[in-house]
Amino acid sequence: MDFNDTPEEARFRKEAASWLADNVPTDDAFRALAPLEQAKIWQKRKYDDGWACIGWAPGFGGRGASPIEEVIWRQEESEYELPSNFFLIGQGMIGPTLMAWASEEDKARFLPPLASGEEVWCQLFSEPAGGSDLAALRTRAERDGDDWIINGQKIWTSGAHYSDYGVIVVRTDPNVPKHKGLSYFYIDMKAPGVEVKPIKQLTGDADFNEVYFTDVRISDSCRLGGVGQGWQVALTTLMNERAAIGGGFGQMDVSMAMSVVQDLEIDGQPALSNAAVRARLADWYVQEAGLKYTGYRSLTALSRGALPGPENSIGKLVGAPKMQAMASYLMDLLGASGAVVDENLATKAGIIQRAYMGAPGLRIAGGTDEIMANIIAERVLGLPQEPRLDKGIPFNEVPTG
Amino acid sequence: MNFEFSEEQQMLREQARGFLSEHCTTAVVRTVLDGELGWDQSLWQKVAEMGWTATTIPEAYGGLGLSYYELAVIAEELGRAVAPLPFSSSVYLASEAINRFGTEAQKSDWLPKLASGECVAAFAMAERPGRLSLAQLETQRTDERISGYKTTVPDAAVADMAVVLARTGSDVELCLVPLKQEGVAVQPVLTLDSSRGHSNLILKEAQAERLGDRTLEPKEWDRLLDGAAALFAWEQLGIAESALIQARDYALQRYAFGRAIGSYQAIKHKLAAMYVKNTLARSNAYYGIWALAEGSDELPLAAATARVAAIQASTFAAEENIQTHGGMGFTWDFDCHFYYRRAKLLSLVVGSESVWQDRLVDALSRRSAVAA
Repeated sequence: MDFNDTPEEARFRKEAASWLADNVPTDDAFRALAPLEQAKIWQKRKYDDGWACIGWAPGFGGRGASPIEEVIWRQEESEYELPSNFFLIGQGMIGPTLMAWASEEDKARFLPPLASGEEVWCQLFSEPAGGSDLAALRTRAERDGDDWIINGQKIWTSGAHYSDYGVIVVRTDPNVPKHKGLSYFYIDMKAPGVEVKPIKQLTGDADFNEVYFTDVRISDSCRLGGVGQGWQVALTTLMNERAAIGGGFGQMDVSMAMSVVQDLEIDGQPALSNAAVRARLADWYVQEAGLKYTGYRSLTALSRGALPGPENSIGKLVGAPKMQAMASYLMDLLGASGAVVDENLATKAGIIQRAYMGAPGLRIAGGTDEIMANIIAERVLGLPQEPRLDKGIPFNEVPTG
Repeated sequence: MNFEFSEEQQMLREQARGFLSEHCTTAVVRTVLDGELGWDQSLWQKVAEMGWTATTIPEAYGGLGLSYYELAVIAEELGRAVAPLPFSSSVYLASEAINRFGTEAQKSDWLPKLASGECVAAFAMAERPGRLSLAQLETQRTDERISGYKTTVPDAAVADMAVVLARTGSDVELCLVPLKQEGVAVQPVLTLDSSRGHSNLILKEAQAERLGDRTLEPKEWDRLLDGAAALFAWEQLGIAESALIQARDYALQRYAFGRAIGSYQAIKHKLAAMYVKNTLARSNAYYGIWALAEGSDELPLAAATARVAAIQASTFAAEENIQTHGGMGFTWDFDCHFYYRRAKLLSLVVGSESVWQDRLVDALSRRSAVAA
């Protein structure tokens, strides 16, 4: 075992690092721009030099890089403090869906501007009545000649307010069981009848939205997959979701916790010598290192051209509750001042408190802890699904709350 | 990036698993657990013939001179099979200590016999309840004689010799003590896992020699424990995996209220939690064995991380496996208690969870001090 790159990987890493060193914008004028503007400029610069969506085929704006090269690129890019990524959902989830299901013409039309950041996409899946039970969605599309008329409501749509396009799953047939009556379209977010309303989160931010559809007319040519095949298309999108969300958990790691603890005392003794504190730190490190080295094992599989095993599915399930537990305990140690969120006054500029307030969202987004545990139990351990009371029943006869 | 065992090592794993599934079934474990011998001697001979006891011993001393990666592979399979063997005492601890600290004469004397399995060695550390403290050791050597009391020594009743932690004056050292001699009383004690015999050792002016030609630095002692912890982690992981598989299989077979209990989320989430802990423990065990095999400075952190993760995964899996089985899991006739016993037993040797949590945080503190 060793952690080193193969010679080809090392060569690629060097090329990536040197391009980044030459091209990452650092000037104050750039920093003064709005976050979305920064992100678009940076994405376009990458695109122009062939460093956007590098795993995509050259015809779609990428460079046909291997999965391991994509990882190396992400590692090198993460060395820099770059604009937030507004394109994660579009490029990480919707791009692969378009590749699998769109016509050649649509792929050529939509993928390059998605890669370059010139067009932003959002995902219109969840509804007030369908979260974990996504296929219970009710937004309907009715045929009208060569068009469809869409009516209904979506929720939790990240970035709908700045998106140009969206992908949407709708019910086209309520008279068949729920998974069979769905169809999948892409939609112009500026179309008449589309109304975006921000949702204020418990953090006070508004990252996602409710989206209302009132008699929105779209062409049948915007359909991906057959009529009634929407669930299969949606699965393509969802399979790419966990990879996109799994990622990191910001600055809340054990070395940060250590640095907080090192400045505290308990009963006149350094907090770092307290047995209870030490046990917590050790347990978090076990989780953190376990995830890190699980990642290395997956990387090894990728490096050898194999697909990573199911062990990768634990990232969010371990990482999000750990972040919450860690933030909670550090606030406990800080006592009353642990409640302070003012960046200028709070320990670590309020990172801990922001992590605590953001963690509930992470434990829910992209599959709740409970759904993730079900996925592990069913797909990895081979346990049966819970019996479903709506199985085989026409959607319009399923009992609702 | 190459964070995986080699093809040869994977083949060794297949071979070891196949061998143990034939020669170390749970019926074999049960026979030892029901009896009073504390090991399966014929299995030991077979394992020695396969060369497992010789794995990391240098070829110059009759060993195979393989790496710790091969030993980790074997350790996991021994754990999986809950093998009733003195393997960890003789291989991870005694052979390691002799190879690491012994004089040329001591190595030539003992290692070939340990490699061939004709000699079994125990490793005697603890003297009283509570954490081991080098400063409080009472077992003392004076010239060629050692006296003292060692408690709950694994495998001592079936061992020919013991490596004994002792002191001379205020210096800490390891001593080689043949067990078949006057001056050594081996008193069997019943532990929670009698498929691995344990004994108290009473040493009265027993003949002994110091291992190596000088006293043991605390750092060297820590290095020995770190290495053992990295290997124990693999054996504990094997137990955790077996417990999870047994729980999964039962959850698929057992029906309640008209359906497999494995279809209830209460059971699914329990088993998913086992899988998560096992996966973290496996990845950390990779880290530990990598640091040991490559001689990395990260060994103290890596070994402690691997050990804590393995303790947590194996005890959790063993406990929840019984819970998944319900009443049947609490019977002597079901095998669930094998994993429950062994997981706890292995969590108590070479320092228990809080000891290794402490060592982990010490290693982290040293690292952040270096970085600062």
